[in-house]
Amino acid sequence: MSNTLPRFDAREASKYFFRHGHTGWLGLRFHDLGENWVELELPWREDLLGEPSRPVLASGPIISLMDMASGMAIWQTTGTFTPVATLDLRVDYQRPARERASVLGRVECYRTTRSAVFVRGIAHDGDPADPVAHVAGVFMTIAADPRQKDNPGSGGQP
Amino acid sequence: MADIELLSAYARSLGITVVGQEGGLPLLSVDFGPNVEGRPQHFHGGATAGLLETAGYAALRTVLHKEGREVGMKPINITVQYLSAGKSRPTFALGRITRLGRRNANITVEAWQDDRERPIASAVMNILMA
Repeated sequence: MSNTLPRFDAREASKYFFRHGHTGWLGLRFHDLGENWVELELPWREDLLGEPSRPVLASGPIISLMDMASGMAIWQTTGTFTPVATLDLRVDYQRPARERASVLGRVECYRTTRSAVFVRGIAHDGDPADPVAHVAGVFMTIAADPRQKDNPGSGGQP
Repeated sequence: MADIELLSAYARSLGITVVGQEGGLPLLSVDFGPNVEGRPQHFHGGATAGLLETAGYAALRTVLHKEGREVGMKPINITVQYLSAGKSRPTFALGRITRLGRRNANITVEAWQDDRERPIASAVMNILMA
């Protein structure tokens, strides 16, 4: 049954994911993908600033960017759109993003077990060698792929 | 202290407001709506993290203001623990200063919905001051 489902594709899914809700409000965009990673873009926007004195993106939207890129990296890696819940997400800020710069979030899924999934990634503003932040997270699978069967919709934050 | 001093443009845009005080520290809240929605009818983990982080900064700003310290704040890190799903209801958050030094602060923040004793998420933040 499951092999009749199309493999999850972050590029295709982005067309729907970012139309509404929190990620739509942030204006997230798909940027790039690999076998086990996804890169999304958080465009620079005046009303997402963290400080009155400098035109620099707040850190809150960067967490949202990395959380979303994490989920999509997991689905890209497993190939299935299995709902996951964030258990723990850590962000280490290396430096502020440059003024009026968009931030790119690239997250890789480096290990999946039956119940837990581990991700790590960087946020950068053009040069991946000079990141704005590093992230590490652990996610838990909370249900089967909703396309496979009726999803009871258990708890968890995407 | 006016709301505007405690909330960034991002926080106001997301819909976060200061709704009260507890022990002299600001109590923040955000209503459920499209801005914060992830999975249908649930908070997006990123929006919850944004509320936690904003409450952490608001607590630190309040304490520094009381002490008459005019310093810049530099985020070092935040670790968010997700404890249960954020449902389609208002969420509250309160930060506490675990340690306030001359150069750094360690802050813990909790977020909850109906029941204060059952937080939906918590965070630990380290902030440098200069």
